[in-house]
Amino acid sequence: MIRLLARDLRLAVRAGGGFGLALAFFLIVCVLIPFGVGPSSGILGQIAPGVLWVGALLACLLSLDRIFATDHEDGSLELLATAPLPLEALTLTKAAAHWLTTGLPLTLAAPILALLLNLPMPAYGTLILSLALGTPALSMIGAFGAALTVGLKRGGLLLSLLVLPLYIPTLIFGADAVRRAAEGQGATTPLMLLALITLGSLAILPFAGAAALRMNLR
Amino acid sequence: MNQSPLLSLDTLACSRGGLIVLAGVSLNIGPGQALILRGPNGSGKTTLLRTIAGLQPPAQGRVATNPDAIAYSAHADGIKGTLSVAENLTFWAGLFGTSSIDAALAAFELNDLKDRRAGALSAGQKRRLGLARLLVTGRPVWALDEPTVSLDQSAVQMFATAVGAHLKQGGAALIATHIDLGLDAETLDVTRFKPDRAQTEAFDEAFL
Repeated sequence: MIRLLARDLRLAVRAGGGFGLALAFFLIVCVLIPFGVGPSSGILGQIAPGVLWVGALLACLLSLDRIFATDHEDGSLELLATAPLPLEALTLTKAAAHWLTTGLPLTLAAPILALLLNLPMPAYGTLILSLALGTPALSMIGAFGAALTVGLKRGGLLLSLLVLPLYIPTLIFGADAVRRAAEGQGATTPLMLLALITLGSLAILPFAGAAALRMNLR
Repeated sequence: MNQSPLLSLDTLACSRGGLIVLAGVSLNIGPGQALILRGPNGSGKTTLLRTIAGLQPPAQGRVATNPDAIAYSAHADGIKGTLSVAENLTFWAGLFGTSSIDAALAAFELNDLKDRRAGALSAGQKRRLGLARLLVTGRPVWALDEPTVSLDQSAVQMFATAVGAHLKQGGAALIATHIDLGLDAETLDVTRFKPDRAQTEAFDEAFL
């Protein structure tokens, strides 16, 4: 697993690996919103939690279809399937690699971008915490979706349609946690629910993803 | 031969796209044995190899082998163009829990290309890298699907030598190919196992 993770990370930072694309996308979305909404800081501060979470979610979505597609195209996926590594571990590792190249940078960049959106000061800690808790679920659900659509040409759009509805709970609780923190309320409940979604998807989806891969490799 | 076989197939039937393409395949391969699969395009060689490798379930019958004994090699080599030759091999070696890639590099004369980006290799060189991967898997049964595509004469010789050495070490190989490798191996024409019509129709995919 470590080997595969290391390889995927190495591939991601090499030319054409797409590392940083999601981050750049997130950056641009968060920069565009103030231009669109206008400079009234009251409104910006109010919508900031939602905008940051939607931005992070869409940025995550960008690179999902590459999770298995590149390996499928060059034949590595079949060879990986015959390797000693179980497909469940493969799915989990791929999701982990996706999170490390997408979710983690997004989480780290979010506070800086929150500044642009005039997010109220008390919410910064919660913002980082909610993204750190929530983005692994985004990667895991995405890996499952990618496993479902792996053999399809132009599977990217279908993948988005499949995965976005599954992202709704994560988005609701994530944005809600930040909003509550911004308004000075306790954010523990949505954060716990967010952690619940992440832990649940980490427990179940590797198996679902592996089953989907087995079907698609036939 | 009284050694237990490394791979044995028992009245195996394989399907592709819901159609049975091979039926009643029974064979045993023991250590040191190689079997060449022949047959025209579409006769089911790839399907048979994929079934043996465990990528698809048999439609009927049984594949008796240790699933961790098979090294499968397909038409695509699974090479990452942005990694170097050595990095590609080291990854597979690590995944299969073997340590050294030197023997594999030497067997396919890849030492000079070691630090080249795999994406910059020629088709034949990529194929050699793909075949070198077999050596680092350390697995006894090789299931190879048209391994010599895009190889030149001397590379085919390298491959035949590698297979020969593998057989000497008690390995086995199942090779689908159209050319003569000069190996001391039995040949199996898979058209023999083409199912008759009645059998194909009696089988109902819906019950799977």
